[in-house]
Amino acid sequence: MDLAFSKEEIAFREEVRTFFKDNVPPDTRRKLQEGRHLSKDEMVTWWRILNKKGWGVSHWPKEYGGTGWTSVQHYIFNEELQMHPAPAPLAFGVSMVGPVIYTFGNEAQKKQYLPRIANVDDWWCQGFSEPGSGSDLASLKTKAERRGDKYIINGQKTWTTLAQHADMIFCLCRTDNNAKKQMGISFIVFDMKSKGITVRPIETIDGGHEVNEVFFDDVEVPVENLIGEENKGWDYAKFLLGNERTGIARVGVSKERLRRIKDLAAKVESNGKPVLEDQGFREKLAACEIELKALELTQLRVVADEGKHGKGKPNPASSVLKIKGSEIQQTTTELLMEVIGPFAAPYDEHGDDGSNEAMDWTAQIAPSYFNNRKVSIYGGSNEIQRNIITKAVLGL
Amino acid sequence: MDFDLSEEQRLLKESVDGLLNDSYDFEARKKYRTEKGGWSKTVWGKLAEQGLLGLPFSEEDGGFGAGAVETAIVMEAMGKALVLEPYLATVVIAGGFLRHGGSAEQKAAHIPGIIDGSKTFAFAQLEKNSRYDLSDVATTAKKKGAGWVIDGEKFVVINGENADTLIVTARTSGARRDRNGIGAFLVPANAKGVGRKGYPTQDGLHAADITLTGVEVGAEAAIGDPENALELIERVVDDARTAMCAEAVGAMDESLKSTVEYLKTRKQFGVAIGTFQTLQHRAADMFVAVEQARSMSMFATMAADFDNAKERATAVAAAKVQIGKSLKFVGQQSIQLHGGIGMTQEAKIGHYFKRLTMIENTFGDTDYHLRRVTDAGGLI
Repeated sequence: MDLAFSKEEIAFREEVRTFFKDNVPPDTRRKLQEGRHLSKDEMVTWWRILNKKGWGVSHWPKEYGGTGWTSVQHYIFNEELQMHPAPAPLAFGVSMVGPVIYTFGNEAQKKQYLPRIANVDDWWCQGFSEPGSGSDLASLKTKAERRGDKYIINGQKTWTTLAQHADMIFCLCRTDNNAKKQMGISFIVFDMKSKGITVRPIETIDGGHEVNEVFFDDVEVPVENLIGEENKGWDYAKFLLGNERTGIARVGVSKERLRRIKDLAAKVESNGKPVLEDQGFREKLAACEIELKALELTQLRVVADEGKHGKGKPNPASSVLKIKGSEIQQTTTELLMEVIGPFAAPYDEHGDDGSNEAMDWTAQIAPSYFNNRKVSIYGGSNEIQRNIITKAVLGL
Repeated sequence: MDFDLSEEQRLLKESVDGLLNDSYDFEARKKYRTEKGGWSKTVWGKLAEQGLLGLPFSEEDGGFGAGAVETAIVMEAMGKALVLEPYLATVVIAGGFLRHGGSAEQKAAHIPGIIDGSKTFAFAQLEKNSRYDLSDVATTAKKKGAGWVIDGEKFVVINGENADTLIVTARTSGARRDRNGIGAFLVPANAKGVGRKGYPTQDGLHAADITLTGVEVGAEAAIGDPENALELIERVVDDARTAMCAEAVGAMDESLKSTVEYLKTRKQFGVAIGTFQTLQHRAADMFVAVEQARSMSMFATMAADFDNAKERATAVAAAKVQIGKSLKFVGQQSIQLHGGIGMTQEAKIGHYFKRLTMIENTFGDTDYHLRRVTDAGGLI
């Protein structure tokens, strides 16, 4: 047992940190620190810088543009990215559909899609959830009917993150109504500009527009857009969801937010002294830091295990990451709310793009708190995570 | 970055687990409790035979030169089996004083007896009003010739009833709560003026309240600097806290295992109660609590090698906070999920709950250590 990073790993951290310092556009960094949303341009600009460096799809196999880093290097890269902070690569392309395509797709699909994912020439979105199919995803109803060399797609997806920016969607569609619900699903990708697609925004409680409803009305999709085999889509979806086990803890995000809490708490006064000097508040902060340290160690256990024994058999501790990671992210947004106190109230009705000079960033604290309630709901709600532990770990 | 055990450490773990599997099931433990002093000399002899009592001592002192990881392996196994024998008091604490602060003569006089199992120790530290503050010492050690005369009262001294030698903290100068002026003294338990009132503890161990009335010891009794031993004491107590974290992880692991087993076998409404989601999710939360505790126990164990003493102490305090929170949740929910059976002395689970509960209140509870982490400026 050894807690220390190797000399090479420490040098790698320095290299990554320096690159972020020199290359993340300062305005992009500031907006992230302040909990604001970024424009499409701002995100794509940064991802192309990252891709030019060769780090856009770092965890992909080398033949498709990956870096060949060790699991510890990936961990360091993600932590530095989150702490800087800089926008994480677009998960829907880089972490989700990309690995499905290079694992299950044919050569033509790999050639067509992978380089464009890496350079974000296509912005991808995810068509999984439906109004009637949330945690019970396999009950989905969106239909893809084979007609000649086309699929005709009808149905509705929801919670489609940033679909308003998307060029492409990967979609779970029912291709066999008679099979058991998991068996009749296919994984199909198509152009968001296809005729018959309507995107309707969903405004979330923070006033933001991240998610959408997407409607399909007789959308025609060429059959060559099927990934892998017909009716095997559920297997690919499970592969996709199981792929990102360690990034989900977001330890770096919480570390960065804790720094911001301390900065703000040093400025805001209560009882004639900074909130940061209040014993009760300091103990809450320390309690959160201890939880985060425990999570970081749990994550490192999983990372070290993957580095040594491969990704084949997930370390049971990995199921802890989503639950604790989301809880701690939520705690940090609560602590920010506590620091700002009554000044959480003003609402910036011009949106959060920073154009309203009259409102400073503290107007984003409450929206960020409201918005972060999502983290224990998405990606398999924390209750679903407990079901996973129950079955996969405890054998109940 | 490595969380795996080395080959040697794995063998150690196998041998400790093997020994305790063979000689320490719940029924055997009941029997050991009734032996004189409340623990088994036979088991202690076996621990000595396997070299476990000599693990942390250097090879030149007759030991194996093992580190914090090896101690954690042993303590975790002992937590799983709810071992009653005074390993913590003798090997970890007294051994720690001798290793970190003992003179060559003190080592030669005391370490062989620990290693061969012929002698056990007890740490007489707690006082009526000291609570968790190691520098709050009212017991006095006054100079007499080359030696010392010790007067005072010590409480809940684990293994105090049986120990051959006590390690007593006493004030050589200064006011009751000064950091300076504290010494640690080796006192034969049968020395003139030592009074011991023994009793069992809630978790099945044995302790004693000890009075020291004009107890005379020689100059060689002081471990380290008799005027300034607090840092040594803090170091040793941090080792003990770290070892108890590992013990708690073992006890929590076993509590969870036993609870899951019960959920699978206990039937109500015609089905195993483990099919009820509300109970499944409680068990899942127990698993999360155990894993977070395990991570922090590893952190404290590895922190033993930190060069910076302050960072080391903060790491141990943070681990004790996490372990304290986790053990309370796991302990209480283990009883809840066992239902009425969990309330009985006959069932094993309650005994884990009681040991875990006592661990929380030993050498600083969760609130105490949270304040330590807070005062150190946090962890991030």
